[in-house]
Amino acid sequence: MIEIKDIYKTFGENAVLKGISAKFKPGKNNLIIGGSGSGKTTLLKCIVGLHEPTKGDVIFDGQNFTAMDFEQKVPIRTHIGMLFQNSALFDSMTVEENIMFPLNLFTNQTHAEKLDRANFCLERVNLKGKNKLYPSELSGGMKKRVGIARAISMQPKYLFVDEPNSGLDPKTSILIDELINELTEEYQITTVIVTHDMNSVMGIGDHIIFLHQGKKWWEGTKNEIAHTDNKELNDFVFASKFMRAAKARL
Amino acid sequence: MFHSLGKYILLLRLSFRKPEKFSVYWAEVMREMVSVGVGSLGIISIISVFIGAATTIQIAFQLSSPLVPRSIAGSIGRDTTILEFSPTISSLVLAGRVGSSMASQIGTMRVTEQIDALEIMGVNAPGYLISPKVIAGVTMFPILVIVSIALGIGGGWLACVLSGDVSPADYLAGVHGGFEGLTIRVALVKAIVFGFLITSICSYQGFYTEGGALEVGQSATKGVVFSCVMVLFADLVITRVML
Repeated sequence: MIEIKDIYKTFGENAVLKGISAKFKPGKNNLIIGGSGSGKTTLLKCIVGLHEPTKGDVIFDGQNFTAMDFEQKVPIRTHIGMLFQNSALFDSMTVEENIMFPLNLFTNQTHAEKLDRANFCLERVNLKGKNKLYPSELSGGMKKRVGIARAISMQPKYLFVDEPNSGLDPKTSILIDELINELTEEYQITTVIVTHDMNSVMGIGDHIIFLHQGKKWWEGTKNEIAHTDNKELNDFVFASKFMRAAKARL
Repeated sequence: MFHSLGKYILLLRLSFRKPEKFSVYWAEVMREMVSVGVGSLGIISIISVFIGAATTIQIAFQLSSPLVPRSIAGSIGRDTTILEFSPTISSLVLAGRVGSSMASQIGTMRVTEQIDALEIMGVNAPGYLISPKVIAGVTMFPILVIVSIALGIGGGWLACVLSGDVSPADYLAGVHGGFEGLTIRVALVKAIVFGFLITSICSYQGFYTEGGALEVGQSATKGVVFSCVMVLFADLVITRVML
């Protein structure tokens, strides 16, 4: 299980996170939502260790991740998969090489075994046969799917996803959400998703944390979100006419 | 300045930590060696031949007194090529070709979160990205400098043949006469030091890029400028210490 305790993060004078504590539900989709500048991505980066929190702890399965040095973090990191906002595929490598990269570094599998795993991951994200393409030859949605394939190649226990729907059309967004949801259920991965896409929230949000002004403002499920009287959350979730109409129909 | 120097030293320390898997790093080193060595051979060959030729013609022009033997153009041209033109001018050109490419490659990886992706996986990003480049620099620069020396002297001979300012026989006599092995050692030391400075400074600039495409360009420019200045400074120090 992942737990964050009293996380603060400041950049110079700017306090971005102001004491956030939460427990992420194992084997579920945990969504961190909030407006632009609310600290969602900063919190995600603090959890995965890309940013060092100014104060507070990140606990993975009872182990204090923030207190560890680089070498101590490696065994935990090999259980982490991450899909970045812009996919962050390695430009100089083919799709297949991207997926096999962590396997090359952290396993003693033979080339055939690694290739099998890469093919399995590609098939799982519906990109069978795209092995030899380079990231520059892929569409935005395909890049996201390759990013997911790379993230699951090491069979992670934790999957972190930063804005999975950014830059995608609504149909592809839903496909990506469904794929993440399927993988979470199938492999019982603890998934943490940063998003401000309300389709994702209402579609796959098992556990939702709403951030506002660097603080945890609300926590609940997608069923509870429609009935909350939290003003800031209502302003965020039901900002569009479409969502207000949807709420009225409930 | 001291803050940057400290960051640079710490980054180098991180770069030479034990690799996660030697075979993966070795493949990267080989790839970088091909990129730095084979990729630079063309430009190095062109500038070496032309500088060697131009230097020989200028020396012949300046030492046109009947009291000075014509073969002196060969010996001065040889020593100038070995000690200065081949290691230093080649390195300045390589800073532009190799250094800017390294800084922009690493900088682009930084701003597109590819370095973050490496770190999330548990890869020592400085080690994986920087150490192969530095190793390629310190191994391939001396080889390029040796090639440059040979072509520079060859360019001088070609100038003699084509211009007739000095007879090729006099030139070759000058090249053979009074040769000191120390000059080659100095050239190789310079090449190794310059290779290290250019690859490490440009990698450092790329690694700490923040922002977007504009900043990647600025990092590449800074990398080239700083490494050129450091190459010239190191050139002076090595020349003073070794000669």
